Amino acid sequence: MSLGDGSARGEWWLRYAAPQAFFPLAGRLIPYFAILAVVLALGGLYLGFFVAPTDFQQGEAYRIIFLHVPAAWMSMFLYVVMALWGVLGFVLNTRLSGMMASAIAPTGALFTFIALWSGALWGKPTWGTWWVWDARLTSELILLFLYVGFIALKASIDDPRRADRAGAVLALVGVVNVPIIYFSVQWWNTLHQGASVSLTRSPSMATTMLWGMLLMALAAWMYSIAVCLARVRVIIREREREMAWMQELGQ
Amino acid sequence: MLASTASIIARDLRLAFRRKGDVAQVLVFFVIVASLFPLGTGAEPNQLRAMGPGVVWVAALLAALLSLGRLFAADYADGSLEQMLIAAHPLAATVAGKTLAHWLTTGLPLTLLAPLLGVQYDLPAPALGALVASLALGTPVLSLIGAVGAALTLGTRGAAVLLALLVLPLYVPVLVFGAGAVSAALAGLPHGAHLSLLGAFLAFSLVFAPWATCAALRIALD
Amino acid sequence: MNWGSLQAFLDMGGYGLYVWGSYGVAALCIAIELIALKARARRLGARMTESAS
Repeated sequence: MSLGDGSARGEWWLRYAAPQAFFPLAGRLIPYFAILAVVLALGGLYLGFFVAPTDFQQGEAYRIIFLHVPAAWMSMFLYVVMALWGVLGFVLNTRLSGMMASAIAPTGALFTFIALWSGALWGKPTWGTWWVWDARLTSELILLFLYVGFIALKASIDDPRRADRAGAVLALVGVVNVPIIYFSVQWWNTLHQGASVSLTRSPSMATTMLWGMLLMALAAWMYSIAVCLARVRVIIREREREMAWMQELGQ
Repeated sequence: MLASTASIIARDLRLAFRRKGDVAQVLVFFVIVASLFPLGTGAEPNQLRAMGPGVVWVAALLAALLSLGRLFAADYADGSLEQMLIAAHPLAATVAGKTLAHWLTTGLPLTLLAPLLGVQYDLPAPALGALVASLALGTPVLSLIGAVGAALTLGTRGAAVLLALLVLPLYVPVLVFGAGAVSAALAGLPHGAHLSLLGAFLAFSLVFAPWATCAALRIALD
Repeated sequence: MNWGSLQAFLDMGGYGLYVWGSYGVAALCIAIELIALKARARRLGARMTESAS
Protein backbone atom coordinates (compact mmCIF):
# COMPACT_ATOMS: atom_id res chain seq x y z
CA MET A 1 0.00 0.00 0.00
CA SER A 2 2.14 2.85 -1.25
CA LEU A 3 0.82 6.35 -1.52
CA GLY A 4 2.77 8.98 -3.41
CA ASP A 5 -0.22 11.27 -3.26
CA GLY A 6 -3.72 10.41 -2.22
CA SER A 7 -5.65 12.07 -4.98
CA ALA A 8 -6.12 8.79 -6.80
CA ARG A 9 -7.97 7.47 -3.77
CA GLY A 10 -10.08 10.61 -3.62
CA GLU A 11 -9.01 11.61 -0.12
CA TRP A 12 -7.99 15.23 -0.26
CA TRP A 13 -5.85 15.21 2.84
CA LEU A 14 -3.73 12.31 1.67
CA ARG A 15 -2.44 14.61 -1.04
CA TYR A 16 -0.41 16.24 1.71
CA ALA A 17 1.43 13.00 2.36
CA ALA A 18 3.75 14.06 -0.44
CA PRO A 19 6.54 16.35 0.80
CA GLN A 20 5.95 18.52 -2.25
CA ALA A 21 2.44 19.40 -1.12
CA PHE A 22 3.13 19.43 2.59
CA PHE A 23 6.01 21.92 2.32
CA PRO A 24 3.93 25.01 1.45
CA LEU A 25 1.08 23.92 3.75
CA ALA A 26 3.45 23.72 6.70
CA GLY A 27 4.81 27.14 5.84
CA ARG A 28 1.34 28.67 5.91
CA LEU A 29 0.40 27.01 9.21
CA ILE A 30 3.46 27.92 11.25
CA PRO A 31 2.50 31.53 12.07
CA TYR A 32 -0.90 30.52 13.47
CA PHE A 33 0.57 27.95 15.82
CA ALA A 34 3.32 30.34 16.87
CA ILE A 35 0.80 33.05 17.76
CA LEU A 36 -1.38 30.55 19.63
CA ALA A 37 1.66 29.39 21.57
CA VAL A 38 2.55 32.92 22.67
CA VAL A 39 -1.02 33.83 23.61
CA LEU A 40 -1.59 30.63 25.58
CA ALA A 41 1.77 30.95 27.32
CA LEU A 42 1.00 34.52 28.36
CA GLY A 43 -2.36 33.37 29.69
CA GLY A 44 -0.87 30.43 31.55
CA LEU A 45 1.94 32.49 33.05
CA TYR A 46 -0.49 35.19 34.10
CA LEU A 47 -2.65 32.64 35.88
CA GLY A 48 0.39 30.96 37.36
CA PHE A 49 2.11 34.04 38.71
CA PHE A 50 -0.64 36.60 39.29
CA VAL A 51 -3.81 34.68 40.05
CA ALA A 52 -2.84 31.38 41.65
CA PRO A 53 -2.34 31.75 45.40
CA THR A 54 0.84 31.00 47.28
CA ASP A 55 1.25 27.42 48.39
CA PHE A 56 1.10 26.94 52.13
CA GLN A 57 3.92 24.38 52.40
CA GLN A 58 6.23 25.16 49.53
CA GLY A 59 5.92 28.91 49.28
CA GLU A 60 6.56 30.53 45.95
CA ALA A 61 8.91 27.73 44.82
CA TYR A 62 5.90 25.67 43.77
CA ARG A 63 5.32 28.04 40.84
CA ILE A 64 7.88 25.98 38.96
CA ILE A 65 5.05 23.49 38.53
CA PHE A 66 3.62 25.61 35.71
CA LEU A 67 6.76 24.83 33.75
CA HIS A 68 7.76 21.40 35.03
CA VAL A 69 4.49 19.50 34.65
CA PRO A 70 3.58 20.78 31.16
CA ALA A 71 7.14 20.09 30.00
CA ALA A 72 6.95 16.54 31.36
CA TRP A 73 3.53 15.96 29.75
CA MET A 74 4.84 17.31 26.44
CA SER A 75 7.96 15.16 26.54
CA MET A 76 5.88 12.00 26.89
CA PHE A 77 3.23 13.12 24.41
CA LEU A 78 5.83 13.97 21.75
CA TYR A 79 7.48 10.56 22.12
CA VAL A 80 4.16 8.85 21.45
CA VAL A 81 3.49 11.12 18.46
CA MET A 82 6.98 10.36 17.16
CA ALA A 83 6.28 6.63 17.42
CA LEU A 84 2.92 7.10 15.69
CA TRP A 85 4.61 8.82 12.75
CA GLY A 86 6.96 5.85 12.60
CA VAL A 87 4.06 3.40 12.47
CA LEU A 88 2.37 5.55 9.82
CA GLY A 89 5.56 5.37 7.82
CA PHE A 90 5.49 1.58 7.92
CA VAL A 91 1.82 1.39 6.98
CA LEU A 92 1.69 4.08 4.29
CA ASN A 93 5.31 3.88 3.16
CA THR A 94 5.52 7.66 2.87
CA ARG A 95 8.78 9.62 3.04
CA LEU A 96 7.11 12.39 5.03
CA SER A 97 6.38 10.19 8.06
CA GLY A 98 10.04 9.57 8.73
CA MET A 99 10.80 13.24 8.24
CA MET A 100 8.13 14.20 10.78
CA ALA A 101 9.55 11.75 13.34
CA SER A 102 13.00 13.25 12.81
CA ALA A 103 11.53 16.73 13.20
CA ILE A 104 9.85 15.92 16.50
CA ALA A 105 12.76 14.23 18.28
CA PRO A 106 14.87 17.30 19.16
CA THR A 107 11.86 19.19 20.53
CA GLY A 108 10.83 16.17 22.59
CA ALA A 109 14.33 15.91 24.00
CA LEU A 110 14.25 19.63 24.76
CA PHE A 111 11.07 19.35 26.83
CA THR A 112 12.50 16.34 28.63
CA PHE A 113 15.55 18.38 29.56
CA ILE A 114 13.41 21.30 30.73
CA ALA A 115 11.35 18.91 32.86
CA LEU A 116 14.53 17.50 34.41
CA TRP A 117 16.14 20.90 35.01
CA SER A 118 13.02 22.45 36.51
CA GLY A 119 12.51 19.29 38.55
CA ALA A 120 15.99 19.63 40.00
CA LEU A 121 15.47 23.30 40.85
CA TRP A 122 12.14 22.44 42.42
CA GLY A 123 13.61 19.60 44.42
CA LYS A 124 16.44 21.61 45.95
CA PRO A 125 14.40 24.10 48.01
CA THR A 126 11.62 21.58 48.64
CA TRP A 127 13.50 18.41 49.50
CA GLY A 128 17.04 19.65 50.03
CA THR A 129 18.85 17.86 47.21
CA TRP A 130 19.47 18.80 43.58
CA TRP A 131 18.43 15.40 42.37
CA VAL A 132 15.43 13.56 43.75
CA TRP A 133 15.10 9.93 42.72
CA ASP A 134 11.35 10.11 42.52
CA ALA A 135 9.39 8.14 39.97
CA ARG A 136 8.62 11.01 37.63
CA LEU A 137 12.13 12.49 37.45
CA THR A 138 13.77 9.07 37.06
CA SER A 139 11.32 8.15 34.29
CA GLU A 140 12.01 11.50 32.61
CA LEU A 141 15.73 10.75 32.74
CA ILE A 142 15.20 7.39 31.05
CA LEU A 143 12.93 9.09 28.50
CA LEU A 144 15.79 11.49 27.73
CA PHE A 145 18.02 8.49 27.08
CA LEU A 146 15.37 7.08 24.74
CA TYR A 147 15.22 10.35 22.79
CA VAL A 148 19.01 10.62 22.59
CA GLY A 149 19.20 7.01 21.42
CA PHE A 150 16.65 7.69 18.69
CA ILE A 151 18.52 10.77 17.48
CA ALA A 152 21.86 8.96 17.65
CA LEU A 153 20.56 5.96 15.70
CA LYS A 154 19.17 8.15 12.92
CA ALA A 155 22.41 10.12 12.79
CA SER A 156 24.51 6.98 12.46
CA ILE A 157 22.72 5.61 9.39
CA ASP A 158 23.62 7.36 6.16
CA ASP A 159 20.72 6.29 3.97
CA PRO A 160 17.71 8.45 5.02
CA ARG A 161 15.08 5.83 4.17
CA ARG A 162 16.88 3.14 6.13
CA ALA A 163 17.39 5.57 8.99
CA ASP A 164 13.67 6.40 9.02
CA ARG A 165 12.64 2.75 9.15
CA ALA A 166 15.20 1.82 11.81
CA GLY A 167 14.10 4.83 13.86
CA ALA A 168 10.48 3.74 13.52
CA VAL A 169 11.27 0.28 14.91
CA LEU A 170 13.22 1.81 17.78
CA ALA A 171 10.46 4.33 18.58
CA LEU A 172 7.86 1.57 18.50
CA VAL A 173 9.91 -0.63 20.83
CA GLY A 174 10.43 2.41 23.05
CA VAL A 175 6.79 3.44 23.21
CA VAL A 176 5.74 -0.09 24.16
CA ASN A 177 8.38 -0.11 26.88
CA VAL A 178 7.67 3.36 28.30
CA PRO A 179 4.63 2.24 30.35
CA ILE A 180 6.59 -0.80 31.56
CA ILE A 181 9.56 1.38 32.48
CA TYR A 182 7.31 3.88 34.25
CA PHE A 183 5.59 1.11 36.19
CA SER A 184 8.94 -0.41 37.19
CA VAL A 185 10.34 2.93 38.32
CA GLN A 186 7.14 3.70 40.29
CA TRP A 187 7.42 0.39 42.10
CA TRP A 188 11.16 0.89 42.69
CA ASN A 189 10.49 4.33 44.09
CA THR A 190 7.87 3.25 46.61
CA LEU A 191 10.16 0.50 47.76
CA HIS A 192 13.30 2.51 48.28
CA GLN A 193 11.98 5.79 49.58
CA GLY A 194 10.80 5.85 53.15
CA ALA A 195 8.61 8.91 53.10
CA SER A 196 7.01 9.54 49.75
CA VAL A 197 9.37 12.06 48.23
CA SER A 198 7.39 13.03 45.23
CA LEU A 199 7.15 16.09 43.08
CA THR A 200 3.58 15.22 42.20
CA ARG A 201 1.15 17.69 43.62
CA SER A 202 -1.62 16.46 45.87
CA PRO A 203 -5.03 16.10 44.19
CA SER A 204 -6.49 19.03 46.10
CA MET A 205 -5.10 21.74 43.85
CA ALA A 206 -6.69 25.11 43.46
CA THR A 207 -8.62 25.41 40.20
CA THR A 208 -6.48 28.32 39.10
CA MET A 209 -3.39 26.14 39.43
CA LEU A 210 -4.93 23.47 37.21
CA TRP A 211 -5.97 26.03 34.63
CA GLY A 212 -2.51 27.54 34.69
CA MET A 213 -0.91 24.17 34.01
CA LEU A 214 -3.43 23.38 31.31
CA LEU A 215 -2.83 26.66 29.47
CA MET A 216 0.93 26.15 29.68
CA ALA A 217 0.55 22.61 28.38
CA LEU A 218 -1.50 23.84 25.42
CA ALA A 219 1.08 26.56 24.81
CA ALA A 220 3.82 23.93 24.78
CA TRP A 221 1.78 21.87 22.34
CA MET A 222 1.26 24.79 19.95
CA TYR A 223 4.94 25.68 20.21
CA SER A 224 5.93 22.09 19.42
CA ILE A 225 3.71 22.00 16.34
CA ALA A 226 5.14 25.29 15.09
CA VAL A 227 8.77 24.29 15.63
CA CYS A 228 8.31 20.77 14.24
CA LEU A 229 6.61 22.13 11.13
CA ALA A 230 9.50 24.56 10.67
CA ARG A 231 12.03 21.79 11.20
CA VAL A 232 10.32 19.39 8.82
CA ARG A 233 10.46 22.07 6.15
CA VAL A 234 14.23 22.24 6.61
CA ILE A 235 14.42 18.44 6.49
CA ILE A 236 12.34 18.35 3.32
CA ARG A 237 14.67 20.89 1.76
CA GLU A 238 17.69 18.87 2.85
CA ARG A 239 16.41 15.61 1.44
CA GLU A 240 14.49 16.68 -1.61
CA ARG A 241 16.78 19.36 -2.96
CA GLU A 242 17.64 17.30 -6.01
CA MET A 243 14.00 17.08 -6.97
CA ALA A 244 12.65 19.21 -9.78
CA TRP A 245 9.98 20.85 -7.68
CA MET A 246 12.59 22.14 -5.25
CA GLN A 247 14.64 23.61 -8.09
CA GLU A 248 11.53 25.33 -9.38
CA LEU A 249 10.82 26.84 -6.01
CA GLY A 250 14.30 28.29 -6.23
CA GLN A 251 15.18 26.58 -2.98
CA MET B 1 10.92 -26.07 11.14
CA LEU B 2 11.95 -27.29 14.55
CA ALA B 3 14.76 -29.33 13.03
CA SER B 4 16.20 -26.41 11.07
CA THR B 5 15.93 -24.12 14.09
CA ALA B 6 17.78 -26.72 16.11
CA SER B 7 20.48 -26.84 13.46
CA ILE B 8 20.83 -23.06 13.62
CA ILE B 9 21.24 -23.24 17.39
CA ALA B 10 23.76 -26.04 17.00
CA ARG B 11 25.68 -24.05 14.39
CA ASP B 12 25.92 -20.95 16.57
CA LEU B 13 26.95 -23.05 19.56
CA ARG B 14 29.65 -24.73 17.50
CA LEU B 15 30.94 -21.34 16.33
CA ALA B 16 30.94 -20.01 19.88
CA PHE B 17 32.74 -23.13 21.05
CA ARG B 18 35.51 -22.52 18.53
CA ARG B 19 35.98 -19.09 20.01
CA LYS B 20 35.88 -19.96 23.67
CA GLY B 21 37.83 -16.80 24.37
CA ASP B 22 34.77 -14.68 23.60
CA VAL B 23 32.65 -16.47 26.18
CA ALA B 24 35.44 -16.38 28.73
CA GLN B 25 35.93 -12.65 28.16
CA VAL B 26 32.33 -11.94 29.08
CA LEU B 27 32.65 -13.89 32.31
CA VAL B 28 35.93 -12.22 33.22
CA PHE B 29 34.37 -8.82 32.59
CA PHE B 30 31.49 -9.81 34.86
CA VAL B 31 33.86 -10.69 37.67
CA ILE B 32 36.04 -7.61 37.21
CA VAL B 33 33.13 -5.16 37.27
CA ALA B 34 31.60 -6.77 40.35
CA SER B 35 34.99 -6.67 42.06
CA LEU B 36 35.52 -3.00 41.25
CA PHE B 37 32.64 -1.69 43.31
CA PRO B 38 34.00 -2.51 46.78
CA LEU B 39 37.26 -0.89 45.71
CA GLY B 40 35.29 2.21 44.89
CA THR B 41 32.95 2.32 47.87
CA GLY B 42 34.83 0.65 50.70
CA ALA B 43 34.32 -2.88 51.98
CA GLU B 44 32.06 -2.26 54.96
CA PRO B 45 30.10 -5.55 55.15
CA ASN B 46 26.60 -4.18 55.71
CA GLN B 47 26.97 -1.66 52.90
CA LEU B 48 28.29 -4.36 50.57
CA ARG B 49 25.47 -6.70 51.40
CA ALA B 50 22.93 -3.97 50.72
CA MET B 51 24.40 -3.06 47.38
CA GLY B 52 25.29 -6.62 46.35
CA PRO B 53 22.06 -7.40 44.47
CA GLY B 54 22.23 -4.21 42.44
CA VAL B 55 25.94 -4.49 41.71
CA VAL B 56 25.84 -8.11 40.56
CA TRP B 57 22.79 -7.41 38.43
CA VAL B 58 24.32 -4.31 36.80
CA ALA B 59 27.54 -6.21 36.17
CA ALA B 60 25.58 -9.05 34.52
CA LEU B 61 23.67 -6.51 32.46
CA LEU B 62 26.84 -4.82 31.21
CA ALA B 63 28.51 -8.15 30.47
CA ALA B 64 25.48 -9.28 28.46
CA LEU B 65 25.53 -5.97 26.61
CA LEU B 66 29.18 -6.40 25.64
CA SER B 67 28.50 -9.73 23.99
CA LEU B 68 25.57 -8.54 21.87
CA GLY B 69 27.72 -7.21 19.07
CA ARG B 70 28.68 -10.79 18.24
CA LEU B 71 25.11 -11.88 17.68
CA PHE B 72 24.80 -10.85 14.05
CA ALA B 73 28.15 -9.30 13.17
CA ALA B 74 29.93 -12.42 11.94
CA ASP B 75 27.00 -13.58 9.82
CA TYR B 76 26.53 -10.06 8.47
CA ALA B 77 30.19 -9.84 7.47
CA ASP B 78 30.35 -13.12 5.55
CA GLY B 79 26.96 -12.85 3.91
CA SER B 80 25.24 -15.74 5.66
CA LEU B 81 22.77 -13.31 7.26
CA GLU B 82 21.47 -12.37 3.81
CA GLN B 83 21.07 -16.07 3.08
CA MET B 84 19.03 -16.47 6.25
CA LEU B 85 16.80 -13.60 5.16
CA ILE B 86 15.86 -15.12 1.82
CA ALA B 87 15.76 -18.72 3.02
CA ALA B 88 12.49 -20.61 3.21
CA HIS B 89 12.92 -21.01 6.94
CA PRO B 90 10.97 -18.26 8.75
CA LEU B 91 13.30 -15.49 9.84
CA ALA B 92 11.63 -15.20 13.26
CA ALA B 93 12.54 -18.80 14.03
CA THR B 94 16.13 -18.20 12.90
CA VAL B 95 16.35 -15.13 15.09
CA ALA B 96 14.87 -16.98 18.07
CA GLY B 97 17.36 -19.77 17.54
CA LYS B 98 20.33 -17.41 17.38
CA THR B 99 19.10 -15.57 20.46
CA LEU B 100 18.78 -18.82 22.35
CA ALA B 101 22.31 -19.80 21.35
CA HIS B 102 23.50 -16.36 22.48
CA TRP B 103 21.86 -16.82 25.86
CA LEU B 104 23.34 -20.30 26.24
CA THR B 105 26.82 -18.86 25.73
CA THR B 106 26.34 -15.63 27.71
CA GLY B 107 23.37 -15.36 30.05
CA LEU B 108 23.49 -18.93 31.27
CA PRO B 109 27.19 -18.88 32.23
CA LEU B 110 26.62 -15.51 33.95
CA THR B 111 23.73 -16.99 35.91
CA LEU B 112 25.81 -19.95 36.99
CA LEU B 113 28.79 -17.78 37.99
CA ALA B 114 26.69 -15.20 39.86
CA PRO B 115 26.47 -17.05 43.21
CA LEU B 116 30.26 -16.81 43.52
CA LEU B 117 30.04 -13.04 43.16
CA GLY B 118 27.10 -13.01 45.55
CA VAL B 119 29.31 -14.68 48.12
CA GLN B 120 31.85 -11.88 47.62
CA TYR B 121 29.10 -9.55 48.79
CA ASP B 122 28.21 -11.79 51.71
CA LEU B 123 24.73 -12.55 50.44
CA PRO B 124 23.02 -15.30 52.47
CA ALA B 125 21.71 -18.48 50.86
CA PRO B 126 18.10 -17.33 50.22
CA ALA B 127 19.43 -14.20 48.48
CA LEU B 128 21.80 -16.32 46.40
CA GLY B 129 18.88 -18.49 45.35
CA ALA B 130 16.90 -15.42 44.37
CA LEU B 131 19.95 -14.15 42.48
CA VAL B 132 20.18 -17.29 40.37
CA ALA B 133 16.43 -17.42 39.80
CA SER B 134 16.15 -13.76 38.82
CA LEU B 135 19.14 -13.99 36.49
CA ALA B 136 17.84 -17.22 34.97
CA LEU B 137 14.60 -15.42 34.09
CA GLY B 138 16.15 -12.05 33.33
CA THR B 139 19.18 -12.84 31.16
CA PRO B 140 17.07 -14.36 28.36
CA VAL B 141 15.11 -11.09 28.29
CA LEU B 142 18.41 -9.22 28.05
CA SER B 143 19.38 -11.38 25.06
CA LEU B 144 15.99 -10.93 23.39
CA ILE B 145 15.86 -7.14 23.80
CA GLY B 146 19.56 -6.90 22.99
CA ALA B 147 18.97 -8.72 19.71
CA VAL B 148 16.67 -5.90 18.61
CA GLY B 149 19.39 -3.38 19.36
CA ALA B 150 22.06 -5.48 17.65
CA ALA B 151 19.92 -5.72 14.51
CA LEU B 152 19.18 -1.99 14.50
CA THR B 153 22.84 -1.03 14.77
CA LEU B 154 24.17 -3.54 12.22
CA GLY B 155 26.91 -1.95 10.18
CA THR B 156 26.45 1.53 11.64
CA ARG B 157 29.25 3.78 12.81
CA GLY B 158 30.15 3.37 16.47
CA ALA B 159 27.80 0.41 16.72
CA ALA B 160 28.93 -0.84 20.13
CA VAL B 161 28.36 2.36 22.05
CA LEU B 162 25.18 3.12 20.12
CA LEU B 163 23.90 -0.35 20.98
CA ALA B 164 24.49 0.29 24.67
CA LEU B 165 22.72 3.66 24.45
CA LEU B 166 19.70 2.10 22.76
CA VAL B 167 19.37 -0.98 24.88
CA LEU B 168 20.23 0.10 28.44
CA PRO B 169 17.04 2.16 29.00
CA LEU B 170 15.01 -0.82 27.86
CA TYR B 171 16.83 -3.00 30.39
CA VAL B 172 15.63 -0.89 33.33
CA PRO B 173 12.47 -2.91 34.20
CA VAL B 174 14.42 -6.19 34.22
CA LEU B 175 17.09 -4.63 36.41
CA VAL B 176 14.58 -3.12 38.83
CA PHE B 177 12.71 -6.36 39.43
CA GLY B 178 15.72 -8.65 39.17
CA ALA B 179 17.74 -6.77 41.76
CA GLY B 180 14.52 -6.15 43.67
CA ALA B 181 13.92 -9.87 44.01
CA VAL B 182 17.35 -10.39 45.53
CA SER B 183 16.98 -7.40 47.86
CA ALA B 184 13.62 -8.72 49.01
CA ALA B 185 15.10 -12.15 49.70
CA LEU B 186 17.90 -10.42 51.56
CA ALA B 187 15.36 -8.68 53.79
CA GLY B 188 13.52 -11.93 54.37
CA LEU B 189 10.53 -10.77 52.35
CA PRO B 190 8.77 -12.87 49.73
CA HIS B 191 10.02 -12.34 46.23
CA GLY B 192 7.63 -14.53 44.26
CA ALA B 193 5.93 -11.49 42.75
CA HIS B 194 9.23 -10.18 41.40
CA LEU B 195 10.03 -13.51 39.77
CA SER B 196 6.52 -13.75 38.33
CA LEU B 197 6.92 -10.30 36.82
CA LEU B 198 10.28 -11.29 35.37
CA GLY B 199 8.56 -14.32 33.92
CA ALA B 200 5.94 -12.04 32.40
CA PHE B 201 8.69 -9.88 30.85
CA LEU B 202 10.23 -13.06 29.44
CA ALA B 203 6.95 -14.21 27.92
CA PHE B 204 6.28 -10.75 26.51
CA SER B 205 9.72 -10.42 24.93
CA LEU B 206 9.61 -13.99 23.59
CA VAL B 207 6.56 -12.98 21.60
CA PHE B 208 7.53 -9.47 20.48
CA ALA B 209 11.30 -9.19 20.39
CA PRO B 210 11.98 -11.67 17.55
CA TRP B 211 9.41 -9.86 15.42
CA ALA B 212 11.08 -6.48 16.04
CA THR B 213 14.49 -8.03 15.41
CA CYS B 214 13.31 -9.43 12.09
CA ALA B 215 11.95 -6.04 11.05
CA ALA B 216 15.26 -4.42 12.01
CA LEU B 217 17.29 -7.05 10.13
CA ARG B 218 15.23 -6.56 6.99
CA ILE B 219 15.76 -2.82 7.25
CA ALA B 220 19.50 -3.27 7.72
CA LEU B 221 19.90 -5.63 4.79
CA ASP B 222 17.64 -3.94 2.27
CA MET C 1 -2.59 40.36 42.24
CA ASN C 2 -0.15 38.48 44.37
CA TRP C 3 2.80 40.83 44.44
CA GLY C 4 3.31 44.06 46.35
CA SER C 5 6.18 45.26 44.22
CA LEU C 6 8.49 44.28 41.37
CA GLN C 7 11.11 43.48 43.98
CA ALA C 8 8.76 41.00 45.66
CA PHE C 9 7.98 39.46 42.28
CA LEU C 10 11.64 38.91 41.45
CA ASP C 11 12.40 37.65 44.92
CA MET C 12 9.65 34.96 44.85
CA GLY C 13 9.55 34.70 48.63
CA GLY C 14 13.24 33.84 48.73
CA TYR C 15 13.02 31.24 46.01
CA GLY C 16 13.83 33.61 43.17
CA LEU C 17 16.96 31.72 42.17
CA TYR C 18 15.04 28.48 41.69
CA VAL C 19 11.94 29.86 40.00
CA TRP C 20 13.75 32.20 37.62
CA GLY C 21 16.52 29.65 37.17
CA SER C 22 13.92 27.25 35.83
CA TYR C 23 11.99 29.63 33.61
CA GLY C 24 15.18 31.33 32.48
CA VAL C 25 16.82 28.09 31.37
CA ALA C 26 13.60 27.04 29.63
CA ALA C 27 13.51 30.33 27.73
CA LEU C 28 17.19 29.88 26.89
CA CYS C 29 16.57 26.35 25.58
CA ILE C 30 13.73 27.55 23.38
CA ALA C 31 15.89 30.37 22.07
CA ILE C 32 18.70 27.91 21.32
CA GLU C 33 16.30 25.58 19.53
CA LEU C 34 15.00 28.37 17.31
CA ILE C 35 18.46 29.80 16.61
CA ALA C 36 19.87 26.35 15.82
CA LEU C 37 17.03 25.68 13.41
CA LYS C 38 17.60 29.00 11.66
CA ALA C 39 21.33 28.25 11.44
CA ARG C 40 20.59 24.83 9.97
CA ALA C 41 18.35 26.40 7.34
CA ARG C 42 20.96 29.02 6.54
CA ARG C 43 23.70 26.41 6.14
CA LEU C 44 21.44 24.47 3.80
CA GLY C 45 20.81 27.61 1.74
CA ALA C 46 24.54 28.23 1.48
CA ARG C 47 25.17 24.62 0.39
CA MET C 48 22.51 24.81 -2.27
CA THR C 49 23.62 28.11 -3.79
CA GLU C 50 27.13 26.64 -3.77
CA SER C 51 26.08 23.56 -5.72
CA ALA C 52 23.93 25.60 -8.08
CA SER C 53 26.85 27.81 -9.06
